[in-house]
Amino acid sequence: MIVYGVALLSFCMLIGTYAGNLLGNLLGVNANVGGVGISMVLLILLSNMSNKKLHLNAMSESGIYFWSAMYIPIVVAMAAKQNVIAAVSSGWLAVIAGVLAVAVSFAVIPLISRFEVGDEADHEVR
Amino acid sequence: MDTSMLATLLIKNGLITAFVFVGVVTWVSYWLSKNLTRGHVHGSAIAIAMGLALAYVGGVYTGGSKGLADIAIFSGVAFLGGSMLRDFAIIATAYGADLTAIKKSGWVGAMSVVIGVVLSFVVGALVAVAFGYRDAVSITTIGAGSATYIVGPVTGTALGASSEVVALSIAAGLIKSILVMICTPLAAPYIGLNNPKSAMVYGGLMGTTSGVAGGLAATDPKLVPYGAMTATFYTGVGCLIAPSILFFIVRFLVE
Repeated sequence: MIVYGVALLSFCMLIGTYAGNLLGNLLGVNANVGGVGISMVLLILLSNMSNKKLHLNAMSESGIYFWSAMYIPIVVAMAAKQNVIAAVSSGWLAVIAGVLAVAVSFAVIPLISRFEVGDEADHEVR
Repeated sequence: MDTSMLATLLIKNGLITAFVFVGVVTWVSYWLSKNLTRGHVHGSAIAIAMGLALAYVGGVYTGGSKGLADIAIFSGVAFLGGSMLRDFAIIATAYGADLTAIKKSGWVGAMSVVIGVVLSFVVGALVAVAFGYRDAVSITTIGAGSATYIVGPVTGTALGASSEVVALSIAAGLIKSILVMICTPLAAPYIGLNNPKSAMVYGGLMGTTSGVAGGLAATDPKLVPYGAMTATFYTGVGCLIAPSILFFIVRFLVE
């Protein structure tokens, strides 16, 4: 049943959002702290559990895959409702932040690759 | 049916209209990607850029602050692109990420995600400060946007940032995403991007799921799931630490 997948996804989101709000309260900010991240971790944990009772069949999974595939279309809609005019008035900020973030990330790749050498996981992956 | 009847129909079925709208934007974007850029710029990146461009047009047309959604017939776009469905879809992308495969990539894969998020965040936050932002919420949101265009708005919404700052964070993440798409095939030979593991490290460092997926698709389609897998964790880790630990650090430094 497709709805099982959708329901599991919804369950994870509600729990994660609740936990995020709880965490926010504990930390003294009136905000949802990391609720989306907690929900993702919960969904990954539940979907990786060996417990067969929780195992979703392909039909149920398609309820989750549908929403996963709607991710980019929803982001397009999200982009279309932003206050872009206000953002454009300080446009260079976005460009400089974006370019520098990529440049710095690229610069670090050789450093991380060096850590890779001799990693035991090497053999398992290949 | 005259125009006003059509408009009423579109307004009454706002969410359905939004589906058609996004479908058309996506179709045009993928057509442009294929025919104008020969697939070098991924269709999804063009679609998001078009969304931002249309939001600009909507803003000019209505003078409002919700972009295209201020035009009545596109009001459903605000719901489709609102935080509820957005978070729902993001959480769904985590499904199928295989924990054992992640474990196989070892510490390096996990470290690359955390290092990638923190690096991009710090760069974005410093740029925000350089541009005169002094409040912790705005600095954090822009820093988070430099991680990805998802982490930015999720963080901004959680912390109550202004729509202007959220739009900036999306723009920064979008520029990063487009650059990653373009630079990945060019950089691949120099950074050893030819096996699943390096793809995971790369996805973890760069993070932007559409950028990594688009860039790897242009490099070697077989590497896409590995890069996208760590990139998915990047968004999760970003959503987890940007509005919490990183925000508190920024607030401590600023105040």
